[in-house]
Amino acid sequence: MNGVHSVADVIAMACLLLGALLCLTAGLGLLRFPDVLSRMHAGTKPQAVGVLLIMVGSALRLAGSSVVWMLLLVAVFQLITAPVSAHMIGRIAYRRRHVRRDRMLVDELGSGAGRPGGPQGDEPADGDARRGR
Amino acid sequence: MTAPDVALRRLRDQLPLLGALVLVWNLLWGTWSWANLLSGIAVALAVTWLLPLPPVTGGAGFHPAAVFRYLVRFVTDLATSSAEVAWSALRPRGLAAGAIISVPLRTDSDLLLTMITESLCLVPGSIVIDLDREARTIALHLLSVHDLAAVEAQRAEVLATEERVVRAFGSAADIAALDRNPT
Repeated sequence: MNGVHSVADVIAMACLLLGALLCLTAGLGLLRFPDVLSRMHAGTKPQAVGVLLIMVGSALRLAGSSVVWMLLLVAVFQLITAPVSAHMIGRIAYRRRHVRRDRMLVDELGSGAGRPGGPQGDEPADGDARRGR
Repeated sequence: MTAPDVALRRLRDQLPLLGALVLVWNLLWGTWSWANLLSGIAVALAVTWLLPLPPVTGGAGFHPAAVFRYLVRFVTDLATSSAEVAWSALRPRGLAAGAIISVPLRTDSDLLLTMITESLCLVPGSIVIDLDREARTIALHLLSVHDLAAVEAQRAEVLATEERVVRAFGSAADIAALDRNPT
């Protein structure tokens, strides 16, 4: 089954290319975004949709094979687990104060931003202990 | 209550989970057969017995029209949000300032809160960083906001997402709680 034979093949090709492009932008986002929380955005949305599109493309190309059901499982678990891992990493990053407060417009959790003597910038929480406060 | 009753009730609470595990097992094998079904049931029972989870309490509803609305919105949100994030990763200017907001929700059900949290992570602009179960308050990080109006728009969007999820999958009591506290 080499070569492009039908409309389905063209759609599969478009899905695979677009999915690969989205995964690339997810990687670029991880490099270019300035802090952990922003990077988690890149690690969830374009990444999940990229994988989804690649699964759709592969399913179209492999239509009729039993592998297609496995691709469906991969897609479903990707959608379920990506937010969970982003949540866990984001939550730990926030609690350990790996947050760029200079880049925050609003911080309603208010964990000491602007408090005199409180952590500034992306200083981690154990900075306090190291300085003996 | 006798011991068999408790065991029976536990089994009933676990039924949706067992069904899902059997389905996953069959999908992994890729073909349907009685052997797969029976081995799937055996594996599902073993998994739930060896790695017990707390039962998901609080019955959920299923409202077809609202579920359809929710799914359509979810898919379009997913597409726009990944396009947005992809574009901010590519463009030379990079990101605007971020924000952390906390939004009080009106729902009081583990299952629905989980679904709301999952949805919020995949819709434009936000990921969830904390969830205070007792206070039903959710903390989100917004990727890129230019001004306070954008923050308020996101807050409204969170409540709208909550409403869509509850109207699609909530029990009658959950929907009533939504109506008692309109946005």
